[in-house]
Amino acid sequence: MRIIIVGNGMVGYKFCEKIVAKFGPGKFDIVVYGEEPRPAYDRVHLSEYFSGSTADDLLMAPASWYQENQIKLVTGEMVTEIDAEKKTIQTHKGTTDSYDKLILATGSSPFVPPVPGVDKDGVFVYRTIEDLNDIINYGEKIKKAAVMGGGLLGLEAAKALLDMGLETHVIEFAPRLMPRQLDEAGSSILKSKLESLGIKIHTQKNTSEIAGNGKVTALSYADGSELDIEMLVISAGIRPRDEVAQKSGIEIGPRGGIVVDNYMKTSLNDIFAIGECALHDNMIYGLVAPGYEMAEVVIDQIAGEGTREFTGFDMSTKLKLIGVDVASFGDPFTDPEISHTIVLEDKIKGIYKRINVTRDGKNLLGGILVGEASEYNMLLQMVQNSMVLPPNPEDLILGARGGGEGGALGGVESLPDEAQICSCENISKGDIVKCITEEEITDIGQIKKSTKACTGCGGCTPLVADLLKLTLEAQGKVVKKTLCEHFDYTRQELFDLIKINNIQSYDKLLDKHGKGDGCEICKPAAASMFASIWNEMILKQDTIQDTNDRFLANIQRGGTYSVIPRIPGGEITPDKLIAIGRIAKKYDLYTKITGGQRIDLLGARVEQLPEIWEELVAEGFESGHAYGKALRTVKSCVGSTWCRYGVQDSVTFSLEIENRYKGLRSPHKLKSAVSGCIRECAEAQSKDFGIIATEKGWNLYVCGNGGARPQHAQLLAADIDKETCVKYIDRFLMYYIKTAEPLQRTATWLNKLEGGLDYLKEVVVHDSLGIGEQLEQDMQLLIDKYECEWKKVVESPELRKKFKHFINSDEQDPALKFESSREQKVPVDWNK
Amino acid sequence: MEEIIALKEHMVEEAGNIKTWFKAAAVEDFPENGGACVKYKDLQIAVFNFTRKKEWYACQNLCPHKMQMILSRGMIGTQGEEPKVACPYHKRTFSLKSGECLNAEEHKIATFPVKIEDGYVYIGFSK
Repeated sequence: MRIIIVGNGMVGYKFCEKIVAKFGPGKFDIVVYGEEPRPAYDRVHLSEYFSGSTADDLLMAPASWYQENQIKLVTGEMVTEIDAEKKTIQTHKGTTDSYDKLILATGSSPFVPPVPGVDKDGVFVYRTIEDLNDIINYGEKIKKAAVMGGGLLGLEAAKALLDMGLETHVIEFAPRLMPRQLDEAGSSILKSKLESLGIKIHTQKNTSEIAGNGKVTALSYADGSELDIEMLVISAGIRPRDEVAQKSGIEIGPRGGIVVDNYMKTSLNDIFAIGECALHDNMIYGLVAPGYEMAEVVIDQIAGEGTREFTGFDMSTKLKLIGVDVASFGDPFTDPEISHTIVLEDKIKGIYKRINVTRDGKNLLGGILVGEASEYNMLLQMVQNSMVLPPNPEDLILGARGGGEGGALGGVESLPDEAQICSCENISKGDIVKCITEEEITDIGQIKKSTKACTGCGGCTPLVADLLKLTLEAQGKVVKKTLCEHFDYTRQELFDLIKINNIQSYDKLLDKHGKGDGCEICKPAAASMFASIWNEMILKQDTIQDTNDRFLANIQRGGTYSVIPRIPGGEITPDKLIAIGRIAKKYDLYTKITGGQRIDLLGARVEQLPEIWEELVAEGFESGHAYGKALRTVKSCVGSTWCRYGVQDSVTFSLEIENRYKGLRSPHKLKSAVSGCIRECAEAQSKDFGIIATEKGWNLYVCGNGGARPQHAQLLAADIDKETCVKYIDRFLMYYIKTAEPLQRTATWLNKLEGGLDYLKEVVVHDSLGIGEQLEQDMQLLIDKYECEWKKVVESPELRKKFKHFINSDEQDPALKFESSREQKVPVDWNK
Repeated sequence: MEEIIALKEHMVEEAGNIKTWFKAAAVEDFPENGGACVKYKDLQIAVFNFTRKKEWYACQNLCPHKMQMILSRGMIGTQGEEPKVACPYHKRTFSLKSGECLNAEEHKIATFPVKIEDGYVYIGFSK
């Protein structure tokens, strides 16, 4: 049987993936025509293209996948005609092809409202990677841009513009943002959150003209007002791509869309339509999950079983819009006749939650969550499975109060087996439990691989993790956070075992307390513990170190390493600056200032590292430990030495702190900063531990984080002197080092610490466990044993020998390739 | 696209078909419980010394995920009984017996037989 798929978008691709998964490659003769130049990519995560993902990262599967699965993929060719009598199609290039079954997965195109001026330069739509490239190129020349449309996609586009550094406006015709998903109150909370991020939002604006001479310079509204802009991105909804269907005599809905029945059959024989081009029961589904379900239905038809039906789809969504959680599920609005509504609104925190409950208070109909949506998965399950509500349904959104355990939401255990856990791939709780039990799965990665759950939007990952834990517990398997398959201990238990039994080597640890041969999880975790307990030179056991620690440098794209000498507090003499410049020039290294007030030298080959360091050490530099899960930098402002506002000498203190803790290895990296006054120029409140000068002394903040989940550090002690500050830091760091999970930053550690900050204060400040002095002694041992690792290597011919690419040749790695960018060398792209 | 060509030239070498045993280096040159990269003609071969198990394995040095010449610098270990190497870049792990990727959908890597004679490490090739 020959199957032709018209369109290679997400749904068209999914059809291929599912049919191959079901029947294996080669069972059918499958041909895919896509008009875009590249294979199907992930449009849902399109905005990541602006924040660093490449077009290749976004591919659903590389071109080789189609080949391996014996699917013929024709890109850059648009199907323009269908002859349903002869069962043939024709493309714009004149190619004809014949089919037994034809699947239309033509998707949609952006709807461009008929406003005068839409053809001007600087007006774009937001749909394809080509659109994005155009927006990026045009955006480089301008400062001020607007998005027309305040729906889901429009706000995604606004995020992209914001990422490009542009002044960003959003124009919405309706009185509120996301009018289809949110009510007025929810929308207004979202609006103020987005405004606080710098996006300017204009609702109830009917654009009457896009003004400008050749290129856009302003928008004119029907109310007479105007907005000056230099670029406009239109995201005003979608239009199903039904041109080819219409031309070929297939029935089209009055407002567009290819009419299909519950089996996705169009009005002509052997022609199906799926995804955003299909009009089912007067609905166009603009999400991927229903499209994937439609693909399943068609495969069922082709397989000859033909029992599966598409009967509509839940349009619930949860997403993070520009860092703000937004969710809308079930029926978000509901009729007051049949329901009553419970609302929680907190304008200070920017949280809005609404649930709609049946009049009898027994079932949940739907709701809206803005600002905080952790309950989304469970609430959605309650709607979809018509579960009976607890006696006080308001507890569902109020969460736990009064320090009690857990909220009113039952856990994943209360869900029936039919409950859909992964909506992208339509996988039920029963499917996952079965997979865990039958395949004896013990980690979430295996579930992903076996069932494909969590591989779409990833929103179900927490639920799946809970389900795994629960299923394992039900099987009587102990669910302890053991390190990995080689050690049945938690990190904290192993830490104590290493210390009590005076274990200094990984082999001995494995012999005494482990099994098997270790792996890439337990080896670096053990290496970190050895370093945090004994602080011996880490290259004594180089093969248990992660590659950065093994070569005392950070591996970069292409296989070279970067070098960061320590510059305590960011203070450096002109002579030392010159030395760094001279060395960088000599070895042709790319140089860049880091976020931690030091200088990164990139592009060193592995065999060059000892030579480069020999010169750096000779100039008085030490290792910066940028490669280690260790103390990185202690950033500082110039403080009272120079600054007219400074109240204390922050530079001196930051130098003292950095020199005290340099080389300290910990479960994850440690960053610190010292600010000379309340203006906080060193950003100490974003660090693992940060110090801010006061009139009376110093305030100590702990457990802050930048990165993917920024979190402000919290005040541990106020107005303390330097000595007390150092004492508390000693205790805090050692307590963290002893008790954290592997690779857990201080912020996450505190979030999971029972009793939270109050408890930490008890331990560190009030010494409630009576271990204060011990912690200080443990720290002192590590400080006393500090040595610069690079100095050791430079001085040891034995250690220097480890730094080469080939064991049987002194040649360099011939695979290293560089190109030039802004007068410096950079590695060639990964995939070139 | 040299790397990709190099990948195609790597074949899984079966012990029976070996025509050439390449003398790579002395046993003591290799790190214990770790790997090193051997140059053979235009190929880069990662050789791993499982000191604890007294076993040796060899595979292509190229990680198929991002096409980087790196696997010899990866940490080794076992998953159940399967010896494996973890790529330093993104921790893709590969079986050193079958070459299969154990934790993601990646191309299989080529593996080669290793023998130890008179204190030297030899890698087997079928041509």
